[in-house]
Amino acid sequence: MLASQIGYYSLILGLLMSFLITPICIKNFYNNKIIDIKIFSFSFLQFFLVFLSFFALIISFVISDFSNETVFNNSHSSKPLFYKIAGTWGNHEGSLLLWLLVLTFFIFLFIIKSNDQPKKYRILTILFQQIIIVGFFLFILSTSNPFGYLFPTPKEGLGLNPILQDPALAIHPPILYLGYVGSSIIFSASLAGIVQNYISKKWAKHIKIWILISWIFLTLGIMLGSIWAYYELGWGGFWFWDPVENVSLMPWLCLTALLHSILVLEKKSSLTSWTVILSIATFTFSMCGTFLVRSGILNSVHTFANDPSRGIFILIFLSILILISLVVFFLFHKEKKNEISKIYFLSKETSILINNWFVMYFLSVVLIGTVYPIFLEVISNEKISVGPPFYNKLIMPFLIFFLIFMSIGPKLHWIKTRFKKIKIQFFLLFIFSSFISFLIIKNMSFKNLINSFLISAAFYLFFITLKDFFSKEFSNLSQKISHFGFSLLILSILLNSLFSSELTTNLKVGEKISFKKGIISFESIENKKYKNYKSIVGYFRIEDNEKRLTILKPELRIYNQPYTITSEANIKTTLYSDKFLVMNLVKGNEYFNIRYQVKPFMIWVWISTLIIVLGGIHSLFKKNHEK
Amino acid sequence: MKTKKFFLILLVILNFKILYAIEPNNEILKNKILKNIRCLICQGQSVYDSQSDFAISMKLVIDQKINEGLSESEIYDYLKDQYGQWISYDPEFNKKTFILWGLPILLFVIGGVIVSKKLIILK
Amino acid sequence: MKNKILLSIAIFFLIFCFIILFKSLNNSNVYVPESISGKPLINFDSQDLFSTIKISSDQIFVDSEFYILNIWASWCLPCRTEHPYLMEFNKNSSIKLIGLNYKDNPDSAKKFINKFGNPYSVNIVDLNGTISIKLGAYGVPETFLINKERKILKKIIGPLNKKLVKEINLIIK
Repeated sequence: MLASQIGYYSLILGLLMSFLITPICIKNFYNNKIIDIKIFSFSFLQFFLVFLSFFALIISFVISDFSNETVFNNSHSSKPLFYKIAGTWGNHEGSLLLWLLVLTFFIFLFIIKSNDQPKKYRILTILFQQIIIVGFFLFILSTSNPFGYLFPTPKEGLGLNPILQDPALAIHPPILYLGYVGSSIIFSASLAGIVQNYISKKWAKHIKIWILISWIFLTLGIMLGSIWAYYELGWGGFWFWDPVENVSLMPWLCLTALLHSILVLEKKSSLTSWTVILSIATFTFSMCGTFLVRSGILNSVHTFANDPSRGIFILIFLSILILISLVVFFLFHKEKKNEISKIYFLSKETSILINNWFVMYFLSVVLIGTVYPIFLEVISNEKISVGPPFYNKLIMPFLIFFLIFMSIGPKLHWIKTRFKKIKIQFFLLFIFSSFISFLIIKNMSFKNLINSFLISAAFYLFFITLKDFFSKEFSNLSQKISHFGFSLLILSILLNSLFSSELTTNLKVGEKISFKKGIISFESIENKKYKNYKSIVGYFRIEDNEKRLTILKPELRIYNQPYTITSEANIKTTLYSDKFLVMNLVKGNEYFNIRYQVKPFMIWVWISTLIIVLGGIHSLFKKNHEK
Repeated sequence: MKTKKFFLILLVILNFKILYAIEPNNEILKNKILKNIRCLICQGQSVYDSQSDFAISMKLVIDQKINEGLSESEIYDYLKDQYGQWISYDPEFNKKTFILWGLPILLFVIGGVIVSKKLIILK
Repeated sequence: MKNKILLSIAIFFLIFCFIILFKSLNNSNVYVPESISGKPLINFDSQDLFSTIKISSDQIFVDSEFYILNIWASWCLPCRTEHPYLMEFNKNSSIKLIGLNYKDNPDSAKKFINKFGNPYSVNIVDLNGTISIKLGAYGVPETFLINKERKILKKIIGPLNKKLVKEINLIIK
């Protein structure tokens, strides 16, 4: 009760801070003094107030204060403490407050970390960022107040959706938001840079850190979501081309392109307009994602409780932001006259250009696939579904060329000088990769031309990036790490999808089923009672043809608040493969529906993503040392 | 160095045989179809991923249709006829969807033109 | 100048997207299929709920002007709300009502009929739900209006209500 009050009023005070900061910034922008210290203090105060508000919401969740509407809708007194806390951002209102918290924190961090930048540029960045901050304040206070008051106070809450009660999902939103919000800084900074005509090598060097930070967090956030889907949704897949997943992939693709093009800007002071467009687009895609997810337009597994007024608010807000950036870009941006706009064919820049070209294509596929059904429905009233087959058909063939370019691209600049020797080496490796993929395809029951090319290309990239670790001529370690990680990721995804096998059947206790690879016997079930759910654990013995035993214990959880049945898969992970077993109730009899899957190289999908991130982290720290 | 690498790879390839169980062909086909059709009463799940009544019955029907000897595309046509385009995750190419299929390719071509304009080819 | 033209094109495009997305916000995302009137009904085999005798669709769809095929289950709550409307239809002699008992326990289905009354002239069972899928149904309850030539005139997803009953009566007239 008290906590909610404090939270609500500090949120309002936080909004007031924006109205204090803005005039000070404008005044400071036009006078000749150094940057006003008041901007620092008020920004910190704003961050502190939002933090206080967020903390108050956590407290309300911890003490299960059901007079708070958000707590009532999303918590229950019998929940473990960890999920009470995680429940704070597991819902629409709380997660927006978290967004705001990160927003105010990042702008404060920006102010104190950008001392070496021109004053006017810094102030303009703060001003643009304040537009976003005010927008979020208004959004929260007008449509999604987390401190709604309920009277009379309910005795018990409605509970958190059990599939959200999961450690990976508890940290997934904060990490993802760090990535999204980091892109807002890039957005404001590039707008300020355009107005001040400051898009330069120096700007690139300074904004690159923010790009890296958001990219690292976004990558981690997407990975966590994917891990969660893998074991919690219980289907054994990890990427479904679900609209909500696509929506997080779009800013990631944009950011990846930006991460590459910023290098050209930093080194050659070229591609300025393109880099600026990407900087603006990244945040726009993050906001579009928020709009599509929160408005409930999309038909997806991850729908938040939706309310049309929210959708309209974000839509208007989003349009205003895009309008501002369009006007700023077209009216203020000037191509520098002395800029080298042409790029020599055999140079490192070429490979980055080609990288951007392909990444933009992938982005357009994902974007069009996600929003086209919405547009078609409005225009012709016809509903279509766009799913995995569409994305596979349009992405896979292009991925082959992308992988090959990625293998040779980074070395283009020294191919020029030492063409012959390198050519032979590249050629040999290419033959080698094709041979391996031939051996693999030969073992499969169905053959597919694109798959075999794709495997060859993936192996090719894999060997080349692996070889790079041992070569000294090429010294960019962060790039080596990330590109190696990427090749490993593609390879594991490919092999995983080609060699996964599965068995779906109905069994009852005591029954056995033998299949090509061995015998599954359903030994027994056990009932257990926990604090907030009842559980049925099945014991399965899997004996394969080599007499190796695996015991798997999948679980069914029956939650009482709200009443939901979830099935928890049991996964045995080894470096070679994951054994995945999930069971479900069959209505009306004693049989259980079980799905047993063997998924090769599953763990490598996660490991390789971590390697990609590691490359980013390395680059981040390398930059800081140089300073 | 080279030989070590070679043996490593040989080891991996030999293991594929263990990893890859040959399922009955119908089973593969069935799972493929189930992944490509939408569970119409669920929120954005395929029939394969869903445990709803609709999905369970749908799985049985697909099973029957395969046993009746219908080919993959015949089954999709049957379902589209019954439930409309919305059931298929693989949108048909027709006058309503040519933008969906064509626009990304068009953008790719435009991107290619822009990129090649930027480059100077030096011999 | 060139920039200004590009700017106006971009703003125009933005407005277009805004309008589309604004409209789609007001659309519901629950799928309602277009009416499939005129589609012939499939043939199927099933068994009677009470006598458990095998029965085919050819034996069921005979000698009536119109047929109403209603998919129901005892565990389905909306089925209870639409039950009175079905009892109402039962009084109309030009309609033959057929119940398709969906994924139900026969005993509880019989109890349901005994408790709320039996509007159906034939009640057949669909134990695993495959007949319903072949009919193109989504779940329970669902109602098909079928004419003499075994063409589906109307398909109603979800429980019947006053408005829908009126529509059916209009078609029958």
